[in-house]
Amino acid sequence: MTHLRTTLAATTALCATGAVSAADLEVTHWWTSGGEAAAVAEFAREFEEQTEHTWVDGAIAGGGGTARPVMVSRIIGGDPMAAFQFNHGRQAEELIEAGLLRDMTHVAEAEGWRDIVNPPSLLDACTVDGRIYCAPVNIHSWQWLWLSNAAFEKAGLEVPKNWDEFVAAAPALREAGITPMALGGQPWQSSGAFNVLMATLAGPEVLQKIYGDGDADLAAGEEMKRVFKAASDMREMVQGSNVQDWNQATNLVITDQAGGQIMGDWAQGEFAVAGEVAGKDYTCLPGLGVHEVISTGGDAFYFPETGDAEIEAAQDALAATLLNPKTQVAFNLKKGSLPVRSDVDLEAANDCMKKGLEILASGAIMPDVNMLNTEDTNNQLNDLFVQFFQDTSISAEDAQAQFVEIVASKD
Amino acid sequence: MAATRPIRLFRNLSAKIAAIPMILTAMVVFVGGTAWTVTYSFTSSKLLPKTKFVGLDQYERLWGTARWLISIENLLIYGICMMVLSLVIGFLLAALLDQKIRFENTFRTILLYPFALSFIVTGLVWQWLLNPDFGVQSVIRGFGWESFTFDPLYDARIVIYGVLIAGLWQGTGLVMCLMLAGLRGIDQDIWKASRVDGIPAWKTYVFIVIPMMRPVFITTLVIIASGIVKVYDLIVAQTGGGPGIASEVPAKYVYDYMFQGQNLGQGFAASTMMLLAVLVVVIPWAFLEFGGRKRV
Repeated sequence: MTHLRTTLAATTALCATGAVSAADLEVTHWWTSGGEAAAVAEFAREFEEQTEHTWVDGAIAGGGGTARPVMVSRIIGGDPMAAFQFNHGRQAEELIEAGLLRDMTHVAEAEGWRDIVNPPSLLDACTVDGRIYCAPVNIHSWQWLWLSNAAFEKAGLEVPKNWDEFVAAAPALREAGITPMALGGQPWQSSGAFNVLMATLAGPEVLQKIYGDGDADLAAGEEMKRVFKAASDMREMVQGSNVQDWNQATNLVITDQAGGQIMGDWAQGEFAVAGEVAGKDYTCLPGLGVHEVISTGGDAFYFPETGDAEIEAAQDALAATLLNPKTQVAFNLKKGSLPVRSDVDLEAANDCMKKGLEILASGAIMPDVNMLNTEDTNNQLNDLFVQFFQDTSISAEDAQAQFVEIVASKD
Repeated sequence: MAATRPIRLFRNLSAKIAAIPMILTAMVVFVGGTAWTVTYSFTSSKLLPKTKFVGLDQYERLWGTARWLISIENLLIYGICMMVLSLVIGFLLAALLDQKIRFENTFRTILLYPFALSFIVTGLVWQWLLNPDFGVQSVIRGFGWESFTFDPLYDARIVIYGVLIAGLWQGTGLVMCLMLAGLRGIDQDIWKASRVDGIPAWKTYVFIVIPMMRPVFITTLVIIASGIVKVYDLIVAQTGGGPGIASEVPAKYVYDYMFQGQNLGQGFAASTMMLLAVLVVVIPWAFLEFGGRKRV
């Protein structure tokens, strides 16, 4: 008992010093899968090597949906961490308006972020009323189709080069006992896949008009009708993939039980961990092979107001460290994402990552859905599309009518 | 004379002082919190509470949302089935255990055991049992019945019944124990009298024992009903609301919109509707139960 009490007292003392000492910086994030944890460890290492401060890791397991409410309630509750990760865009909008997050414009100006961050839209997503509130660290894009070469071989088919060939190959895959397409049951996967169909088959301008300007007429129009038609094709193809998590769905493609999957470039980490080689074991089609474009969403770090000058100094140092070339290379190679600056060298990148870099360099980019929609709208879209893809009783026309309603009432 | 008469307010003064913290807690935390929630359900609050009033907009959106309507429907199906089945099964089991059988303690323990598990564990266990690739379906197919199909969790039309099975498995044991306690409270002389009169056992149960057990039934009903309205963790663990949104429930809607959707107003509107639904049931009941006593 005495021993326990001593331990408790020691822990309390540790916590107390942790809160007071300026050099300890608590950073919360939701990167807990194998590849993600390895990537964030690079941040911690670089931060401790390049500055005199200490990184205190505050990982929250369970993904953004679980972690975001925890982070927000800590900030609102007056117990802010020193830095936290969000997907940049509109997720932190209200926290900024309420004055809970620190203005980092002075760091951005000193480090020249305006000139180095590419594409500039990343920095725009951090900017509110001309002030910069976050440090973008990577670019993740959604618009990828991952195909299992062995699955198509087994069905006696060529590996498709675009979406239409993939749809045409579906019946033959079924006959060979392979689920044509994998899709997990988590709601965000369904809406994410639909947004990819929209951005590639109808084009990024359409997505930008609908989500950015809330154009309900366009959402009800012919172009979107075709997208919903494609979505109902996809619904046929995903029948039989009884999995929940995105990585389980990716695993169906890795083990050749499913023909393909629409998923963001983070799926690449799963292929790498399984020892698969791009081009040989699997094929990646950016923009579904139809319209080569990538969205420039990603992760960014925000810095809450703490009122403590020493922590503020350490926050400035962290912000500068996150974007310097050495950190960017080390982090993004592990994470499988693209760096936010074009002046760094990513020689170790694999084929798919190089394709992504090429598209980025060519300028075929579009804003991420998170930058255009609030979480509220995203949640409504999740509800609609998870119902659409998992439940065959709702028709494409009905789904489109509900979609138009969401677009019309979005803010 | 009047000066010596104690003032009513100060009678039992120490007891009243002792009750102040409890009264304050009840007023501030429960009544105050409820009032705050209801007030803010009329605002357009998003991530942070704001006093920008928008009238009934949140409620209009709520009742126009497919997911909310499905949630209500699910809660009704789950609630009615759970209420009826757990009472019937629980009472039958209790009546069977009450026949002075051997190993009664063992049976009672086995039947009550599931109640010791949380809804999360229950949900996960039944998720595996009902999984077509690992669970009941594959076992029976393994015996040679190849066309056997039983996959309620993957069929949007019947998924709520898959959840109901898990809920019943978990909750029936407690109902049985409460009923058994009620049955034990019945005077043995009543049984003797009914035997002397030649009344069949089932008639004795239906017309004599059950009416005598009214207080036990009411307690049980309240316990089951509160479990039904707040059902959340079972759904999260077992189906995650899927397939699609076929097994969503109101409590999950509230959580998802308040925290994940960053739309407090919508979450508050939904929770106000839940409160209203509970009040619609509780007020008439409380009136009958407690209001009636005054007349006696």
